Amino acid sequence: MKKFDTKVQHLKYKVLREVAREAWADRLPESAVDIPMTIVPGKVPTMRCCVYKERAILAERVKIAMGGDKSNPNVIEVIEIACDECPVGGYEVTNACRGCLAHRCEDVCRFGAISFDQNHVAHIDKSKCKECGACSKVCPFTAIVGRKRPCQNACKVKAISMNEEKAATIDGSKCIACGACVYQCPFGAITDKSFILNVIDILKKSEGNQKYKTYAVVAPSISSQFTYAKLGQVITGLKELGFHTVIEAALGADMVAQAESRELAEKGFLTSSCCPAFVDYIHKNFPDLAPFVSHNLSPMAMISKYIKETTPGAKVVFIGPCTAKKAEVQKEDVKPYVDVAMTFEELQALFDSRDLDITTLPEGVLDNASYFGRIFARCGGLSDAVAEGLKEQGFTDFALKACACDGIEACRVALLKKSKNLLDANFIEGMACVGGCIGGAGCLTHEPRSRDDVDRYGKEALEKTIADAVSQLK
Amino acid sequence: MKVTVCIGSSCHLKGARQVVETLQYLISENGLKDKVELGGTFCMGRCQEGVCVTVDDAFFSVSPETVRDFFVKEILAKA
Repeated sequence: MKKFDTKVQHLKYKVLREVAREAWADRLPESAVDIPMTIVPGKVPTMRCCVYKERAILAERVKIAMGGDKSNPNVIEVIEIACDECPVGGYEVTNACRGCLAHRCEDVCRFGAISFDQNHVAHIDKSKCKECGACSKVCPFTAIVGRKRPCQNACKVKAISMNEEKAATIDGSKCIACGACVYQCPFGAITDKSFILNVIDILKKSEGNQKYKTYAVVAPSISSQFTYAKLGQVITGLKELGFHTVIEAALGADMVAQAESRELAEKGFLTSSCCPAFVDYIHKNFPDLAPFVSHNLSPMAMISKYIKETTPGAKVVFIGPCTAKKAEVQKEDVKPYVDVAMTFEELQALFDSRDLDITTLPEGVLDNASYFGRIFARCGGLSDAVAEGLKEQGFTDFALKACACDGIEACRVALLKKSKNLLDANFIEGMACVGGCIGGAGCLTHEPRSRDDVDRYGKEALEKTIADAVSQLK
Repeated sequence: MKVTVCIGSSCHLKGARQVVETLQYLISENGLKDKVELGGTFCMGRCQEGVCVTVDDAFFSVSPETVRDFFVKEILAKA
Protein backbone atom coordinates (compact mmCIF):
# COMPACT_ATOMS: atom_id res chain seq x y z
CA MET A 1 0.00 0.00 0.00
CA LYS A 2 1.31 3.44 -0.88
CA LYS A 3 2.71 5.65 1.82
CA PHE A 4 2.45 9.00 0.01
CA ASP A 5 0.24 10.66 -2.60
CA THR A 6 3.07 12.17 -4.64
CA LYS A 7 6.74 11.77 -5.47
CA VAL A 8 7.35 15.29 -4.19
CA GLN A 9 6.22 14.18 -0.74
CA HIS A 10 8.45 11.15 -1.03
CA LEU A 11 11.48 13.28 -1.83
CA LYS A 12 10.74 15.62 1.06
CA TYR A 13 10.36 12.58 3.30
CA LYS A 14 13.75 11.17 2.26
CA VAL A 15 15.44 14.43 3.24
CA LEU A 16 13.65 14.52 6.60
CA ARG A 17 14.53 10.88 7.24
CA GLU A 18 18.23 11.40 6.52
CA VAL A 19 18.40 14.59 8.58
CA ALA A 20 16.73 12.73 11.47
CA ARG A 21 19.14 9.80 11.10
CA GLU A 22 22.11 12.15 11.40
CA ALA A 23 20.54 13.93 14.36
CA TRP A 24 19.97 10.69 16.31
CA ALA A 25 23.64 9.81 15.67
CA ASP A 26 24.82 13.26 16.86
CA ARG A 27 26.52 13.94 13.55
CA LEU A 28 24.76 17.22 12.76
CA PRO A 29 25.42 19.93 11.71
CA GLU A 30 28.72 18.70 10.22
CA SER A 31 27.25 15.84 8.19
CA ALA A 32 24.41 17.93 6.70
CA VAL A 33 26.43 18.71 3.59
CA ASP A 34 26.72 15.00 2.76
CA ILE A 35 22.97 14.34 2.74
CA PRO A 36 22.28 15.46 -0.87
CA MET A 37 24.91 12.96 -2.08
CA THR A 38 23.27 10.18 -0.04
CA ILE A 39 19.92 10.85 -1.70
CA VAL A 40 21.20 11.51 -5.23
CA PRO A 41 24.37 9.49 -5.79
CA GLY A 42 25.94 8.92 -9.21
CA LYS A 43 25.76 11.01 -12.36
CA VAL A 44 22.39 10.29 -13.93
CA PRO A 45 19.74 12.88 -13.15
CA THR A 46 16.20 11.66 -12.43
CA MET A 47 14.43 14.89 -11.54
CA ARG A 48 16.22 17.92 -13.02
CA CYS A 49 18.66 18.87 -15.75
CA CYS A 50 21.69 17.43 -13.94
CA VAL A 51 22.63 15.83 -10.64
CA TYR A 52 24.39 19.01 -9.55
CA LYS A 53 21.18 21.02 -9.64
CA GLU A 54 19.38 18.16 -7.93
CA ARG A 55 21.91 18.21 -5.12
CA ALA A 56 21.88 22.01 -4.89
CA ILE A 57 18.11 21.89 -4.37
CA LEU A 58 18.47 19.03 -1.90
CA ALA A 59 20.92 21.15 0.09
CA GLU A 60 18.14 23.75 0.40
CA ARG A 61 15.69 21.05 1.45
CA VAL A 62 18.14 19.93 4.13
CA LYS A 63 18.26 23.50 5.48
CA ILE A 64 14.45 23.61 5.68
CA ALA A 65 14.38 20.18 7.33
CA MET A 66 16.70 21.69 9.93
CA GLY A 67 14.41 24.62 10.69
CA GLY A 68 14.86 26.82 7.60
CA ASP A 69 15.50 30.53 7.30
CA LYS A 70 15.31 31.97 10.81
CA SER A 71 14.98 35.52 9.47
CA ASN A 72 11.72 34.62 7.71
CA PRO A 73 8.91 34.31 10.28
CA ASN A 74 6.65 32.37 7.87
CA VAL A 75 6.67 28.59 8.40
CA ILE A 76 6.08 28.19 4.66
CA GLU A 77 9.15 28.82 2.55
CA VAL A 78 9.92 29.00 -1.18
CA ILE A 79 13.01 27.21 -2.47
CA GLU A 80 13.79 29.69 -5.24
CA ILE A 81 16.15 27.46 -7.21
CA ALA A 82 13.58 24.66 -7.17
CA CYS A 83 10.87 26.89 -8.64
CA ASP A 84 10.53 26.02 -12.33
CA GLU A 85 9.13 29.46 -13.14
CA CYS A 86 6.00 27.93 -14.62
CA PRO A 87 4.23 29.91 -17.36
CA VAL A 88 1.86 32.56 -16.14
CA GLY A 89 0.19 33.42 -19.44
CA GLY A 90 -3.38 33.37 -18.17
CA TYR A 91 -6.09 32.19 -20.58
CA GLU A 92 -4.83 31.24 -24.03
CA VAL A 93 -6.41 29.82 -27.17
CA THR A 94 -4.57 26.65 -28.23
CA ASN A 95 -4.32 25.16 -31.71
CA ALA A 96 -7.26 22.93 -30.81
CA CYS A 97 -9.49 25.89 -31.82
CA ARG A 98 -11.34 24.72 -34.93
CA GLY A 99 -12.62 28.09 -35.99
CA CYS A 100 -16.23 27.04 -35.49
CA LEU A 101 -19.37 29.03 -36.22
CA ALA A 102 -20.96 29.03 -32.79
CA HIS A 103 -18.46 31.40 -31.12
CA ARG A 104 -19.72 30.53 -27.67
CA CYS A 105 -16.50 31.99 -26.31
CA GLU A 106 -17.29 35.37 -27.77
CA ASP A 107 -20.91 35.31 -26.55
CA VAL A 108 -19.98 34.37 -23.00
CA CYS A 109 -17.17 36.92 -22.61
CA ARG A 110 -18.53 39.91 -20.71
CA PHE A 111 -15.45 41.99 -21.42
CA GLY A 112 -15.29 41.87 -25.21
CA ALA A 113 -11.87 40.26 -25.09
CA ILE A 114 -12.42 37.71 -27.85
CA SER A 115 -11.93 38.40 -31.55
CA PHE A 116 -11.40 36.18 -34.64
CA ASP A 117 -8.82 36.18 -37.40
CA GLN A 118 -9.44 35.49 -41.12
CA ASN A 119 -9.40 31.73 -40.39
CA HIS A 120 -12.15 32.22 -37.77
CA VAL A 121 -9.74 31.22 -35.02
CA ALA A 122 -10.33 32.90 -31.66
CA HIS A 123 -7.84 35.28 -30.02
CA ILE A 124 -7.91 36.77 -26.54
CA ASP A 125 -7.07 40.42 -26.01
CA LYS A 126 -4.96 40.31 -22.82
CA SER A 127 -5.65 43.94 -22.03
CA LYS A 128 -9.37 43.21 -21.79
CA CYS A 129 -9.33 39.67 -20.32
CA LYS A 130 -10.23 39.49 -16.62
CA GLU A 131 -9.25 35.82 -16.30
CA CYS A 132 -12.79 34.76 -15.39
CA GLY A 133 -12.41 31.50 -17.36
CA ALA A 134 -15.94 31.56 -18.80
CA CYS A 135 -14.69 31.07 -22.40
CA SER A 136 -12.65 28.06 -21.36
CA LYS A 137 -15.72 26.42 -19.83
CA VAL A 138 -17.98 26.84 -22.88
CA CYS A 139 -15.57 25.84 -25.67
CA PRO A 140 -16.81 22.50 -27.10
CA PHE A 141 -13.22 21.60 -28.08
CA THR A 142 -11.68 22.61 -24.75
CA ALA A 143 -9.40 24.74 -26.91
CA ILE A 144 -9.00 27.52 -24.35
CA VAL A 145 -6.75 26.75 -21.38
CA GLY A 146 -5.92 28.75 -18.30
CA ARG A 147 -2.20 28.84 -17.67
CA LYS A 148 -1.96 29.68 -14.03
CA ARG A 149 0.79 28.44 -11.79
CA PRO A 150 -0.28 25.49 -9.64
CA CYS A 151 0.89 27.39 -6.54
CA GLN A 152 -1.17 30.48 -7.41
CA ASN A 153 -4.10 28.28 -8.26
CA ALA A 154 -3.81 26.50 -4.92
CA CYS A 155 -3.48 29.73 -2.95
CA LYS A 156 -7.05 30.88 -2.48
CA VAL A 157 -5.97 33.78 -0.27
CA LYS A 158 -3.89 35.22 -3.14
CA ALA A 159 -0.64 35.39 -1.21
CA ILE A 160 1.53 34.10 -4.07
CA SER A 161 2.95 36.21 -6.86
CA MET A 162 6.21 36.09 -8.78
CA ASN A 163 9.35 38.09 -8.19
CA GLU A 164 11.72 39.71 -10.75
CA GLU A 165 13.33 36.32 -11.36
CA LYS A 166 9.88 34.87 -12.03
CA ALA A 167 10.17 32.65 -8.97
CA ALA A 168 7.17 32.28 -6.67
CA THR A 169 7.14 34.57 -3.68
CA ILE A 170 4.82 34.54 -0.68
CA ASP A 171 3.31 37.65 0.86
CA GLY A 172 3.51 36.97 4.59
CA SER A 173 0.81 39.54 5.33
CA LYS A 174 -1.68 37.43 3.37
CA CYS A 175 -0.38 33.87 3.87
CA ILE A 176 -2.29 31.78 6.41
CA ALA A 177 0.21 28.88 6.33
CA CYS A 178 -2.48 26.38 5.27
CA GLY A 179 0.08 24.60 3.08
CA ALA A 180 -2.15 24.29 -0.02
CA CYS A 181 0.74 25.49 -2.22
CA VAL A 182 3.13 23.06 -0.50
CA TYR A 183 0.96 20.13 -1.49
CA GLN A 184 0.15 21.43 -4.99
CA CYS A 185 3.54 22.61 -6.32
CA PRO A 186 4.58 19.82 -8.73
CA PHE A 187 8.25 20.74 -8.30
CA GLY A 188 8.20 20.76 -4.52
CA ALA A 189 9.49 24.33 -4.58
CA ILE A 190 7.34 25.46 -1.66
CA THR A 191 7.65 23.63 1.58
CA ASP A 192 6.91 23.83 5.27
CA LYS A 193 9.78 24.32 7.68
CA SER A 194 10.48 21.32 9.83
CA PHE A 195 11.19 21.32 13.54
CA ILE A 196 11.93 17.60 13.85
CA LEU A 197 15.37 18.41 15.25
CA ASN A 198 13.62 19.98 18.23
CA VAL A 199 11.53 16.81 18.60
CA ILE A 200 14.62 14.60 18.55
CA ASP A 201 16.36 16.92 21.00
CA ILE A 202 13.40 16.76 23.41
CA LEU A 203 13.29 12.95 23.19
CA LYS A 204 17.04 12.58 23.69
CA LYS A 205 17.32 14.95 26.63
CA SER A 206 14.44 13.27 28.45
CA GLU A 207 16.80 10.28 28.84
CA GLY A 208 14.04 7.74 28.49
CA ASN A 209 11.49 10.00 30.20
CA GLN A 210 13.61 10.08 33.36
CA LYS A 211 14.50 13.80 33.28
CA TYR A 212 10.98 14.81 32.22
CA LYS A 213 8.08 13.14 30.44
CA THR A 214 7.43 13.64 26.73
CA TYR A 215 3.86 13.49 25.47
CA ALA A 216 2.73 12.95 21.88
CA VAL A 217 -0.61 14.62 21.22
CA VAL A 218 -2.05 13.24 17.99
CA ALA A 219 -4.75 14.83 15.84
CA PRO A 220 -7.90 12.78 15.18
CA SER A 221 -7.19 12.78 11.44
CA ILE A 222 -4.57 10.13 12.24
CA SER A 223 -7.45 7.70 11.74
CA SER A 224 -7.19 8.32 7.98
CA GLN A 225 -3.38 8.02 7.94
CA PHE A 226 -0.76 5.26 8.06
CA THR A 227 -3.33 3.07 6.34
CA TYR A 228 -0.66 0.49 5.56
CA ALA A 229 -0.53 -0.33 9.29
CA LYS A 230 -2.95 -0.37 12.21
CA LEU A 231 -3.51 2.72 14.36
CA GLY A 232 -2.41 0.76 17.43
CA GLN A 233 0.91 0.05 15.73
CA VAL A 234 1.45 3.76 15.15
CA ILE A 235 0.90 4.29 18.88
CA THR A 236 3.47 1.63 19.76
CA GLY A 237 5.82 3.18 17.20
CA LEU A 238 5.54 6.56 18.95
CA LYS A 239 6.47 4.94 22.26
CA GLU A 240 9.38 3.16 20.56
CA LEU A 241 10.58 6.58 19.39
CA GLY A 242 10.75 7.55 23.04
CA PHE A 243 7.45 9.20 23.92
CA HIS A 244 6.17 8.49 27.42
CA THR A 245 2.64 8.18 26.11
CA VAL A 246 0.26 9.20 23.34
CA ILE A 247 -2.88 11.28 23.90
CA GLU A 248 -5.71 12.20 21.58
CA ALA A 249 -6.03 15.88 20.68
CA ALA A 250 -9.68 14.88 20.27
CA LEU A 251 -10.03 14.99 24.06
CA GLY A 252 -9.06 18.67 23.77
CA ALA A 253 -11.75 18.86 21.09
CA ASP A 254 -14.29 17.52 23.60
CA MET A 255 -13.21 20.24 26.01
CA VAL A 256 -13.54 22.83 23.22
CA ALA A 257 -16.97 21.57 22.17
CA GLN A 258 -18.23 21.89 25.74
CA ALA A 259 -16.83 25.39 26.28
CA GLU A 260 -17.61 26.64 22.79
CA SER A 261 -21.28 25.65 22.89
CA ARG A 262 -21.60 27.47 26.22
CA GLU A 263 -19.90 30.58 24.79
CA LEU A 264 -22.14 30.42 21.73
CA ALA A 265 -25.32 30.25 23.80
CA GLU A 266 -24.14 33.27 25.81
CA LYS A 267 -22.99 35.44 22.90
CA GLY A 268 -25.45 34.41 20.19
CA PHE A 269 -22.86 34.33 17.39
CA LEU A 270 -19.40 32.79 17.07
CA THR A 271 -16.81 31.66 14.59
CA SER A 272 -14.76 28.60 15.48
CA SER A 273 -11.17 28.82 16.72
CA CYS A 274 -9.90 25.28 16.03
CA CYS A 275 -8.33 25.86 12.63
CA PRO A 276 -5.37 28.25 12.98
CA ALA A 277 -5.38 29.13 9.27
CA PHE A 278 -9.05 30.16 9.47
CA VAL A 279 -8.43 32.29 12.57
CA ASP A 280 -5.44 33.92 10.87
CA TYR A 281 -7.58 34.54 7.78
CA ILE A 282 -10.17 36.42 9.83
CA HIS A 283 -7.52 38.60 11.48
CA LYS A 284 -5.91 39.41 8.12
CA ASN A 285 -9.02 39.89 5.99
CA PHE A 286 -12.01 40.53 8.22
CA PRO A 287 -10.58 42.32 11.28
CA ASP A 288 -14.04 43.67 12.13
CA LEU A 289 -15.21 40.10 12.73
CA ALA A 290 -12.26 39.23 15.00
CA PRO A 291 -14.30 39.86 18.19
CA PHE A 292 -16.59 36.99 17.16
CA VAL A 293 -13.78 34.42 17.08
CA SER A 294 -14.35 31.91 19.90
CA HIS A 295 -12.13 32.64 22.88
CA ASN A 296 -11.31 28.98 23.37
CA LEU A 297 -7.88 27.63 22.67
CA SER A 298 -7.67 25.05 19.88
CA PRO A 299 -8.13 21.36 20.82
CA MET A 300 -4.36 20.87 20.54
CA ALA A 301 -3.61 23.75 22.93
CA MET A 302 -6.48 22.84 25.27
CA ILE A 303 -5.31 19.29 25.98
CA SER A 304 -1.65 20.35 26.05
CA LYS A 305 -2.48 22.96 28.67
CA TYR A 306 -4.06 20.23 30.79
CA ILE A 307 -0.98 18.03 30.42
CA LYS A 308 1.40 20.84 31.36
CA GLU A 309 -0.72 21.81 34.37
CA THR A 310 -1.01 18.28 35.73
CA THR A 311 2.55 17.17 34.97
CA PRO A 312 5.19 19.75 35.83
CA GLY A 313 8.12 19.75 33.41
CA ALA A 314 6.23 17.79 30.74
CA LYS A 315 7.16 18.33 27.10
CA VAL A 316 4.41 18.18 24.49
CA VAL A 317 4.79 17.41 20.78
CA PHE A 318 1.74 17.80 18.57
CA ILE A 319 1.49 15.49 15.54
CA GLY A 320 -1.10 16.32 12.90
CA PRO A 321 -1.98 16.96 9.28
CA CYS A 322 -1.41 20.69 9.51
CA THR A 323 1.31 23.14 8.50
CA ALA A 324 -0.54 26.08 10.09
CA LYS A 325 -0.19 24.40 13.50
CA LYS A 326 3.54 25.11 13.19
CA ALA A 327 2.63 28.80 13.15
CA GLU A 328 0.02 28.42 15.90
CA VAL A 329 2.53 27.00 18.39
CA GLN A 330 4.61 30.18 17.99
CA LYS A 331 1.73 32.36 19.19
CA GLU A 332 2.15 33.83 22.67
CA ASP A 333 -1.03 32.26 24.06
CA VAL A 334 -0.14 28.76 22.79
CA LYS A 335 3.65 28.73 23.19
CA PRO A 336 3.60 27.80 26.88
CA TYR A 337 1.63 24.60 26.20
CA VAL A 338 3.02 23.02 23.03
CA ASP A 339 6.75 22.61 22.51
CA VAL A 340 6.78 21.51 18.87
CA ALA A 341 4.25 20.83 16.11
CA MET A 342 5.00 18.30 13.39
CA THR A 343 3.14 16.57 10.55
CA PHE A 344 2.28 12.96 9.75
CA GLU A 345 4.81 13.20 6.89
CA GLU A 346 7.48 14.03 9.42
CA LEU A 347 6.38 11.24 11.74
CA GLN A 348 6.83 8.74 8.91
CA ALA A 349 10.37 10.11 8.43
CA LEU A 350 11.07 9.77 12.17
CA PHE A 351 9.89 6.14 12.21
CA ASP A 352 12.12 5.27 9.27
CA SER A 353 15.10 7.21 10.63
CA ARG A 354 15.04 4.65 13.46
CA ASP A 355 14.34 1.78 11.01
CA LEU A 356 11.06 1.17 12.80
CA ASP A 357 8.75 -0.90 10.61
CA ILE A 358 5.52 -0.20 12.44
CA THR A 359 3.73 -3.07 10.68
CA THR A 360 5.81 -5.48 12.78
CA LEU A 361 4.93 -3.87 16.13
CA PRO A 362 2.24 -4.99 18.58
CA GLU A 363 -0.84 -2.81 18.77
CA GLY A 364 -1.02 -0.21 21.50
CA VAL A 365 -4.23 1.49 22.58
CA LEU A 366 -5.46 5.03 22.07
CA ASP A 367 -8.73 5.99 23.70
CA ASN A 368 -9.22 9.29 25.48
CA ALA A 369 -11.92 11.17 23.60
CA SER A 370 -15.58 10.82 22.68
CA TYR A 371 -17.13 10.27 19.27
CA PHE A 372 -17.71 14.03 19.01
CA GLY A 373 -14.12 15.01 19.75
CA ARG A 374 -12.91 12.56 17.16
CA ILE A 375 -15.09 13.79 14.30
CA PHE A 376 -13.53 17.28 14.51
CA ALA A 377 -11.13 15.93 11.88
CA ARG A 378 -13.65 16.25 9.09
CA CYS A 379 -15.76 19.13 7.86
CA GLY A 380 -19.05 19.37 9.75
CA GLY A 381 -17.78 17.44 12.78
CA LEU A 382 -17.23 20.54 14.88
CA SER A 383 -20.78 21.76 14.17
CA ASP A 384 -22.17 18.34 15.16
CA ALA A 385 -20.14 18.49 18.37
CA VAL A 386 -21.34 22.01 19.23
CA ALA A 387 -24.95 20.88 18.67
CA GLU A 388 -24.31 17.97 21.05
CA GLY A 389 -22.62 20.29 23.58
CA LEU A 390 -25.66 22.59 23.59
CA LYS A 391 -27.97 19.60 24.09
CA GLU A 392 -25.91 17.99 26.85
CA GLN A 393 -25.66 21.24 28.79
CA GLY A 394 -29.36 21.99 28.49
CA PHE A 395 -29.18 25.06 26.26
CA THR A 396 -32.38 23.93 24.61
CA ASP A 397 -33.67 27.47 23.99
CA PHE A 398 -30.78 28.22 21.71
CA ALA A 399 -31.44 27.18 18.12
CA LEU A 400 -28.13 26.39 16.46
CA LYS A 401 -27.81 27.39 12.83
CA ALA A 402 -24.37 26.22 11.84
CA CYS A 403 -22.59 27.12 8.64
CA ALA A 404 -19.89 24.49 8.12
CA CYS A 405 -17.37 25.94 5.65
CA ASP A 406 -15.46 23.36 3.65
CA GLY A 407 -12.23 25.05 2.56
CA ILE A 408 -11.00 28.63 2.77
CA GLU A 409 -13.07 29.80 -0.21
CA ALA A 410 -16.27 28.72 1.52
CA CYS A 411 -14.98 30.46 4.66
CA ARG A 412 -14.47 33.67 2.69
CA VAL A 413 -18.04 33.57 1.34
CA ALA A 414 -19.53 33.03 4.81
CA LEU A 415 -17.40 35.79 6.38
CA LEU A 416 -18.27 38.19 3.57
CA LYS A 417 -21.98 37.50 4.10
CA LYS A 418 -21.59 37.98 7.85
CA SER A 419 -19.79 41.29 7.36
CA LYS A 420 -22.78 42.49 5.31
CA ASN A 421 -25.29 41.02 7.77
CA LEU A 422 -26.57 38.59 5.15
CA LEU A 423 -25.54 35.33 6.81
CA ASP A 424 -28.37 33.10 7.91
CA ALA A 425 -26.40 31.30 10.60
CA ASN A 426 -25.23 31.88 14.17
CA PHE A 427 -22.12 29.70 14.09
CA ILE A 428 -19.40 29.54 11.46
CA GLU A 429 -17.28 26.42 11.46
CA GLY A 430 -14.20 27.38 9.48
CA MET A 431 -11.90 24.77 7.97
CA ALA A 432 -9.19 26.13 5.69
CA CYS A 433 -8.57 22.77 4.03
CA VAL A 434 -11.18 21.17 1.80
CA GLY A 435 -12.68 18.21 3.65
CA GLY A 436 -11.41 19.54 6.99
CA CYS A 437 -8.20 18.38 8.67
CA ILE A 438 -8.18 15.16 6.63
CA GLY A 439 -7.40 17.44 3.66
CA GLY A 440 -4.38 18.95 5.44
CA ALA A 441 -1.11 19.48 3.60
CA GLY A 442 0.84 17.44 6.15
CA CYS A 443 -1.17 14.27 5.55
CA LEU A 444 0.63 11.31 4.01
CA THR A 445 -2.35 10.45 1.84
CA HIS A 446 -5.65 12.07 0.92
CA GLU A 447 -8.33 9.58 -0.03
CA PRO A 448 -12.06 9.82 -0.69
CA ARG A 449 -12.58 7.27 2.12
CA SER A 450 -10.74 9.42 4.70
CA ARG A 451 -14.03 10.89 5.90
CA ASP A 452 -15.44 7.41 6.51
CA ASP A 453 -12.24 6.46 8.34
CA VAL A 454 -12.78 9.38 10.72
CA ASP A 455 -16.42 8.49 11.34
CA ARG A 456 -15.57 4.84 11.96
CA TYR A 457 -12.85 5.82 14.40
CA GLY A 458 -15.32 8.17 16.10
CA LYS A 459 -17.79 5.35 16.63
CA GLU A 460 -15.10 3.16 18.19
CA ALA A 461 -14.62 5.61 21.08
CA LEU A 462 -15.47 4.21 24.50
CA GLU A 463 -17.13 7.45 25.56
CA LYS A 464 -20.30 8.34 23.72
CA THR A 465 -20.90 11.83 25.07
CA ILE A 466 -18.75 14.95 25.40
CA ALA A 467 -19.65 15.26 29.08
CA ASP A 468 -18.43 11.72 29.83
CA ALA A 469 -15.11 12.25 28.04
CA VAL A 470 -14.51 15.54 29.84
CA SER A 471 -15.63 14.30 33.27
CA GLN A 472 -12.44 12.24 33.74
CA LEU A 473 -10.40 15.45 33.73
CA LYS A 474 -11.14 16.42 37.30
CA MET B 1 -3.41 13.99 50.66
CA LYS B 2 -2.99 13.86 46.91
CA VAL B 3 -4.86 11.16 44.99
CA THR B 4 -3.96 10.81 41.32
CA VAL B 5 -5.85 8.60 38.88
CA CYS B 6 -4.31 7.55 35.59
CA ILE B 7 -6.54 8.58 32.68
CA GLY B 8 -4.23 7.31 29.93
CA SER B 9 -5.77 5.19 27.15
CA SER B 10 -5.19 1.82 28.78
CA CYS B 11 -6.62 2.80 32.17
CA HIS B 12 -9.43 4.69 30.49
CA LEU B 13 -10.49 1.49 28.74
CA LYS B 14 -10.44 -0.30 32.09
CA GLY B 15 -12.80 2.21 33.64
CA ALA B 16 -10.71 5.18 34.83
CA ARG B 17 -13.65 7.53 34.30
CA GLN B 18 -15.86 5.51 36.66
CA VAL B 19 -13.02 5.44 39.21
CA VAL B 20 -12.61 9.24 39.00
CA GLU B 21 -16.34 9.86 39.23
CA THR B 22 -16.81 7.46 42.17
CA LEU B 23 -13.87 8.94 44.08
CA GLN B 24 -15.14 12.43 43.44
CA TYR B 25 -18.56 11.49 44.78
CA LEU B 26 -17.17 9.69 47.85
CA ILE B 27 -14.74 12.49 48.68
CA SER B 28 -17.55 14.98 48.53
CA GLU B 29 -20.02 12.75 50.48
CA ASN B 30 -17.52 12.26 53.28
CA GLY B 31 -16.66 15.93 53.49
CA LEU B 32 -13.04 15.38 52.51
CA LYS B 33 -12.82 18.02 49.78
CA ASP B 34 -10.41 20.15 51.82
CA LYS B 35 -8.20 17.23 52.77
CA VAL B 36 -8.00 15.25 49.55
CA GLU B 37 -6.80 16.68 46.28
CA LEU B 38 -8.03 14.52 43.38
CA GLY B 39 -6.23 14.81 40.05
CA GLY B 40 -5.54 13.03 36.79
CA THR B 41 -2.46 12.15 34.83
CA PHE B 42 -1.75 10.43 31.53
CA CYS B 43 -0.01 7.08 31.97
CA MET B 44 1.96 5.94 34.98
CA GLY B 45 3.84 3.36 32.95
CA ARG B 46 2.19 0.36 34.68
CA CYS B 47 -0.60 -0.21 32.17
CA GLN B 48 -0.95 -3.93 33.01
CA GLU B 49 -1.99 -3.04 36.56
CA GLY B 50 -4.58 -0.38 35.67
CA VAL B 51 -6.58 1.43 36.68
CA CYS B 52 -3.47 2.95 38.27
CA VAL B 53 -3.99 5.20 41.28
CA THR B 54 -1.46 6.84 43.57
CA VAL B 55 -2.09 8.16 47.06
CA ASP B 56 0.75 10.57 47.65
CA ASP B 57 3.57 8.30 46.46
CA ALA B 58 2.02 4.88 47.14
CA PHE B 59 0.77 2.92 44.13
CA PHE B 60 -2.54 1.03 43.96
CA SER B 61 -4.29 -1.02 41.33
CA VAL B 62 -7.99 -0.16 41.38
CA SER B 63 -11.03 -1.04 39.27
CA PRO B 64 -14.58 0.34 39.11
CA GLU B 65 -15.59 -2.73 41.22
CA THR B 66 -12.96 -2.22 43.95
CA VAL B 67 -12.91 1.56 44.11
CA ARG B 68 -15.25 1.80 47.11
CA ASP B 69 -13.15 -0.60 49.21
CA PHE B 70 -10.04 1.24 48.11
CA PHE B 71 -11.57 4.55 49.21
CA VAL B 72 -12.47 3.22 52.65
CA LYS B 73 -9.08 1.60 53.28
CA GLU B 74 -6.65 4.01 51.72
CA ILE B 75 -8.34 7.39 51.75
CA LEU B 76 -11.06 7.56 54.40
CA ALA B 77 -8.98 5.72 57.02
CA LYS B 78 -5.92 7.86 56.46
CA ALA B 79 -7.29 11.30 55.67
